[in-house]
Amino acid sequence: MAKHPTPMLDQLESGPWPSFVSDLKQLAEKRAQNKEGVEFQIPSDVAEDLLGILELSYKHGRTHWKHGGIVGVFGYGGGVIGRYCDQPEEFSGVAHFHTMRINQPGGKFYTTEYLKNLCDLWDFRGSGITNMHGSTGDIIFLGTTTPQLEEIFYELTHKYNQDLGGSGSNLRTPADCIGQARCEYACYDTQGMCYDLTQEYQDELHRPAFPYKFKFKFDGCPNCCVASIARADFSFIGTWRDDIKIDQKAVQAYIGGEIAPNGNDHSGRDWGKFDIQKEVIDLCPTECMWMDGKELKIEDKECNRCMHCINVMPRALRIGDDRGVSILAGAKAPILDGAQMGTLIVPFIKAEPPYTEIKETVIEPIWDWWMEEGKNRERLGELMKRQGLQKLLEVTGLQPDPRMVQEPRSNPYIFWKEDEVDGGWDRDINEYRKDHRR
Amino acid sequence: MAFISSGYDPKQPMKDRITDIGPRKYDDFYPPVIAANKGKWLYHEVLKPGVLVHVAESGDKVFTVRAGGARLMTTIHIREICEIADKHCDGHLRFTTRNNIEFMVDEEAKVQPLVDDLESRKFAGGSFKFPVGGTGTSITNIVHTQGWIHCHTPATDASGPVKAVMDDMFEHFQQHSMPAKLRISLACCLNMCGAVHCSDIAILGYHRKPPMLDHEYLDKMCEIPLAIAACPTAAIKPAKVDFEGAKVNSVAVKNERCMFCGNCYTMCPAMPLADKEGDGIVIMAGGKVSNRISAPKFSKVVVAFLPNEAPRWGSTCKAIRQIVEAYAADARKYERLGEWAERIGWERFFEKCELDFTHHLIDDFRDPAYFTWRQTSQFKF
Repeated sequence: MAKHPTPMLDQLESGPWPSFVSDLKQLAEKRAQNKEGVEFQIPSDVAEDLLGILELSYKHGRTHWKHGGIVGVFGYGGGVIGRYCDQPEEFSGVAHFHTMRINQPGGKFYTTEYLKNLCDLWDFRGSGITNMHGSTGDIIFLGTTTPQLEEIFYELTHKYNQDLGGSGSNLRTPADCIGQARCEYACYDTQGMCYDLTQEYQDELHRPAFPYKFKFKFDGCPNCCVASIARADFSFIGTWRDDIKIDQKAVQAYIGGEIAPNGNDHSGRDWGKFDIQKEVIDLCPTECMWMDGKELKIEDKECNRCMHCINVMPRALRIGDDRGVSILAGAKAPILDGAQMGTLIVPFIKAEPPYTEIKETVIEPIWDWWMEEGKNRERLGELMKRQGLQKLLEVTGLQPDPRMVQEPRSNPYIFWKEDEVDGGWDRDINEYRKDHRR
Repeated sequence: MAFISSGYDPKQPMKDRITDIGPRKYDDFYPPVIAANKGKWLYHEVLKPGVLVHVAESGDKVFTVRAGGARLMTTIHIREICEIADKHCDGHLRFTTRNNIEFMVDEEAKVQPLVDDLESRKFAGGSFKFPVGGTGTSITNIVHTQGWIHCHTPATDASGPVKAVMDDMFEHFQQHSMPAKLRISLACCLNMCGAVHCSDIAILGYHRKPPMLDHEYLDKMCEIPLAIAACPTAAIKPAKVDFEGAKVNSVAVKNERCMFCGNCYTMCPAMPLADKEGDGIVIMAGGKVSNRISAPKFSKVVVAFLPNEAPRWGSTCKAIRQIVEAYAADARKYERLGEWAERIGWERFFEKCELDFTHHLIDDFRDPAYFTWRQTSQFKF
C-alpha cells in the first residue's frame, strides 16, 4: 500500500514511453521491503515521499522545493546543491534532499562494475534516485542528507577514484561528444581534450572564483552533437583546413543506389531515388561542388565545412587530414539579456596534447579579463557584448580576421584610439583659430 | 538506522583527504572494440531504427542498439541496464547526450537477441523500459531539466510533460519518419539549465505573475541590493514598508516592467513567483545547433502560453503534434524545421501548423527586436 495516494502521477504509468513513475514506485517498494537488509543511511521512505510531494505539485501547479541552502563538502565550493522541501512534516523522507553532481567519464562510457558500485553507494547513503545524466553532463545523485555528504565524498574518492563535478560560479563539468571513440567525423580527440582540461583546471572547477558559471564543451565536428555552440562559454568545434577526401567509386555507389544516403537515416519514408545533384550539390551552401562526367569535384578552398555532403555520403567523403578546432566564445541561454550563440574567436588551432597554446593564449588570458572586468553573474558572452569583441582581441592578442564577423559594421561609429590617429588628440585651439575665425 | 562511517573523521577533515582527482578516465571504460579502433572509424550506417553499425579501417564493426529512457532513473533501473550489458555486451554500455542508453556488441549475430531482450522488458504499469529507436530522422529522446521533482524555480514539471509528449510521439521515436533530425527539448524555467533555445521544438516553463513580496522576512532573508541588481528591467527598488505598525526595509516592484524571469527570486527567496494560473508553457520552434547547410539558429516563440495541464499536458502535446505533422508533410528531405519555416515564410508556418499569431509573438525586448520585424515588401498572402 502506497504511503501517499498519487492519482495524477498514476496516469503517467500508461503509454509506451518509459515511465519514471513506475520506476520510482518499484524503488519505493524495494526500499520498504528491504529484503537485502541494507542499513539505509537516509529515510527508507524517500521514494514514496518524493512521489507524494510531486503529486502535491501536480495538484498545486507549483514546486514544493525551497530555495537552495549552503551545504557542501569541506574545501569545495561546488558539486553539491542544497535542497529542502517546504512540507517537511508530511514528507519527512525528503525534508533534506540534496543533490550531488558526480563528474561523468568522457563519452559517458561505463563498465557495469563501476555503475553497480555507484548504485550500492547511492542505495546505502542516498535516495537511490539519479539522473543519467544532468543537462551539463554529470551523473546526478538526487537526494541525500547533510551528514551523508562527506561520507559519500570519502567513499567516492577513496574507493572509486571518482570526484564531484562543478556547480555555482565556477568551471562547470566539461562535456564532450562521442568523438573519435565511435565517430568517423571527429576531427580531434574530444574525450582526450575534455579530460586534459578538466584535470588541468580542477581548482577552477571545485572552488568558485569566477563572476558566474563557465562552461567548456567539446564537439568533434560542425554537426555539434553536444550543442557547444549554443551553450558553452568556450565551444571547441573540430574542423580541418585541407581537402575533403573523395572515394569516387563510393560516389558512384551512392548514385547507383547501392548505398543508402545519409547512413540510411531516411529509411522510414519513400523519398525516391537518390539524386546527387538535388540532394548534395544543390544544397551545398557555398556551391563549391559539381559533377565532371562521372567524377565528383570539390573546390575545397571555397568549402565552409558544413558537413552536409559528408553526412549524406559518409562512405564516399571523409574529413581532411590537417585537423584542429575552431574556438567560439560567449554562448549562453537567454537569462538575462537574451540568448547568445558562441562567437568565432579562433578560426583554427591545432588540438593536440598538452594543448598548451589553447590554454595559454586563449583560455587563461580570457579568464583573467573576465575575472577582472566581469560583474557579478555576468557570463563571458555578456562581457563580450558590453566591452566589445575588440576588447577580447586586445586581451588575447588575437588578430582581427573577417572570419570573426558575419559582416562588417554598417555604422561608422568607430571608437578610434588616440594612438591610431596621427598627431594624437591634444590640439591648440588658438592655432586653429588663426585659420578659422569665431 | 544506525550511522555507519565511511572512514571519514569529521574532527580531522583533512586526514587522508583525496581531492581534485577529477572524473574517471574515459578509456577505463571503453569496450575492447572501441579501444582498438578509436580514431580509425571509416563509416557508419543505421541498419534499422535504433540499430547502428560503425565500420573501422581494420574491418572491425561495432553494432550499437539505442534505447530510450527517462533521465530520472532509479538504481533498480540502472542495475537492470547493467544486467543487460553483462548478458549481451561484456559489461559495457554508454549513455548519449540526449539521455538514451547505448548497448554495443561486436558481432551482428548478437544484435537481434539484444533487441528482443530490450523490447520484452516492461514496467509494472505497462510502459517499455527500453524502447529501441531514436536514430536518424526519428524524433529522439527529449533533453530536459528537473521541474517539480527537484527544482526551486520551475514554472512547469519536466519529467511529466516529457513522458506525455514522448508517449504522443512514440511512433516517430521508432521510425525514420521526419525529413531531417527533429530535436525536442524542455526547460522548466528560462534559466534553461537544458539550454533549449536552439531546438527544433522547445518546451519552456514560464511564469506570468510578478513576484509576491514577503515583507516580514524580506530584509532578513535577502541582500536587498542584490535582489535589486538582479532585475534586468530595473523594476525593483528599495522601499520602506509598513508591516504590522512598524517600518521594515523591503522592496517595491513595478509590476508592468516585470518580464517574469525569476532572477530576483534566485537572489531572494522572499520574492516567489510560482502560481497555478500564472505558470505554464511557451512553445518555441525552428532552432538548431548543427552547422549543416545553414548556420545554427535560435528557436522562436510560436505559442505564447499553454496552461500546466497535469498530469498529461494535453494542449502542449496537441500543439507539438500540429507542428510535427505540418513539418513532416511539407518539408523537403534534409530540411530542418527552422529551415522549412524560413523557406515557406513564418506567415505560412502559422497557417500550416494551425497556430494563432498573437501580439505576444512580436519581439519587443530591447534593440534586437526591431530587426525581427519585417522590413521588406516581400511577404506572402
